[in-house]
Amino acid sequence: METNGHEHVIEVTDLRRVYGGGFEAVRGISFSVRRGEIFALLGTNGAGKTSTVELLEGLAEPAGGRVRVLGHDPYTERAAVRPRTGVMLQEGGFPSELTVAETARMWAGCVSGARPPAEVLALVGLEAKAGTRVKQLSGGQRRRLDLALALLGDPEVLFLDEPSTGLDAEGRRATWELVSALRDGGTTVLLTTHYLEEAENLADRLAIMHDGLIATTGTPAEVTAAEPSRISFELPEGYFVGDLPPLGELGVAGHETEGRMIRLRTRELQRTATELLMWAARAGVELRRLDVRSASLEEAFLGIAKNVSAERATGTTTKEYAA
Amino acid sequence: MSATQTTSRPATAATTPLSRMASLARAELTLLGRTRGALVAALFVPLVMPVSVRSAAEEMDLAGAGLSTGTLVLPAAFGFSLLFAVYSVLVGVFVVRREELVLKRLRTGELRDAEILAGSALPAALTGLAQCLLLTVGCVALLDLSAPSAPHLVVIGLLLGLVMCAALAAATASFTKTGESAQATPMPLLLVSMMGSGMFVPLELLPDKVASVCELLPLTPVVTLVRGGWTGNLSGYEALGALATAMAWILIGVFAVRRWFRWEPRR
Repeated sequence: METNGHEHVIEVTDLRRVYGGGFEAVRGISFSVRRGEIFALLGTNGAGKTSTVELLEGLAEPAGGRVRVLGHDPYTERAAVRPRTGVMLQEGGFPSELTVAETARMWAGCVSGARPPAEVLALVGLEAKAGTRVKQLSGGQRRRLDLALALLGDPEVLFLDEPSTGLDAEGRRATWELVSALRDGGTTVLLTTHYLEEAENLADRLAIMHDGLIATTGTPAEVTAAEPSRISFELPEGYFVGDLPPLGELGVAGHETEGRMIRLRTRELQRTATELLMWAARAGVELRRLDVRSASLEEAFLGIAKNVSAERATGTTTKEYAA
Repeated sequence: MSATQTTSRPATAATTPLSRMASLARAELTLLGRTRGALVAALFVPLVMPVSVRSAAEEMDLAGAGLSTGTLVLPAAFGFSLLFAVYSVLVGVFVVRREELVLKRLRTGELRDAEILAGSALPAALTGLAQCLLLTVGCVALLDLSAPSAPHLVVIGLLLGLVMCAALAAATASFTKTGESAQATPMPLLLVSMMGSGMFVPLELLPDKVASVCELLPLTPVVTLVRGGWTGNLSGYEALGALATAMAWILIGVFAVRRWFRWEPRR
């Protein structure tokens, strides 16, 4: 497992998960997470993120492929893995009639080497709510309680399924800081999210999932580098696309028009933007609603989602013909 | 943020199955005290029902079957306690914890599946045990009941009954979708046991054919062992038969749980 000092804490190979009804939620994915790394699984709802994480947590048996967490099978070697992992499920899982302190105390009794419950509650800013029943907590406070419990045993590996869903902006920021601090202390973190900003800010590496497969993976920079940058503007009155300088010479890879709006895709953002603006200056026209943006995770994400819906659309058409 | 400052912390001991179950049981006990419906079922019903058995007993020819009011009422009282304070309450506990995703959450930790079920069942089982002790004291004081002739049969019967009710409760929860339906799904076993397991009418007073079928019901061996332990009328053969029937129901319960128990709600 030890390769060049990079220990792979999580190793996933050709992983598949099939539900009772035959629905294949995870269709053969592979990735690995190194010690002390934050790895994000990004995807739309139904992409297979939670189904994947549950296999890593050892809650279910894979239909195919292999999972290793800290060198063990999390499903069959539960006792070897569980004392070293912390888990935050996508949704609660606390008796509503217990108080926050009682919930934490109960969990502490089930965690080897547990920290004092009050300490982890303070860590997530819930110390003032210790005497409050769980049912009276807000959604965000419940999320934070869940995070606190996941941290009780000082886990080496932390699984966070949508850790900031339901949190306000401030709570989200605090969670990010906490997770970053844990990573800096050597904790390996695997999280799922559908917030692009969260993945961009937090993840050392990420994988974008759709339809049970990993569409793309790498560092946020690598993933966005594969995407073109974009320039959009409104064509000046009386001008047509043909009046622009030949787009190919501007380094434009492709363009779309929608009414009077023009959208250019380019991998040479600076050159394209410069040429375009110089043309506008020479022609003495104003490019209204001008928007110049470098490639972002959002582009990659939307690009993938778009391909999927395109595939689905074709699928539907074919189906209709077949019928 | 002091998320990673762990140096000052002593290396606290690893958990054991017992320590984990104790922690879970403590939380469940707190919850039992906060659930009004369960409290009524667990405390009130089993202590009141024996009174109705007693009034029914006055119209029966008990002496002819070698019984007295005390040896009719006490095993029935144990039965009520097991059915209401243990079985019904636990069906609700298992179903509600599943709906709240508590069972799923617990399974992400160090607790093993059997520990989760046993730890959750412990407070109700202890309530049932305490009630049976209380009922024994009450029956001895109020119904002129003498000491049991074979106390070991009473103890074995009661312990088997507790384990069986917990196992059957988990099995019933496997087929119960929501907390609301958990009010209804325990009914079949409650009714069948009250009618056929010798609680209101001792099997001795039933026609032989009916009695031999009733002997196979889950709670019958428990009632038989407790009653036989008190009267001393149970032959070794009969005692073993009751023991075997009780064990068989426990095994059926365990098998059903392993096969069908759901740890998270159907979505």
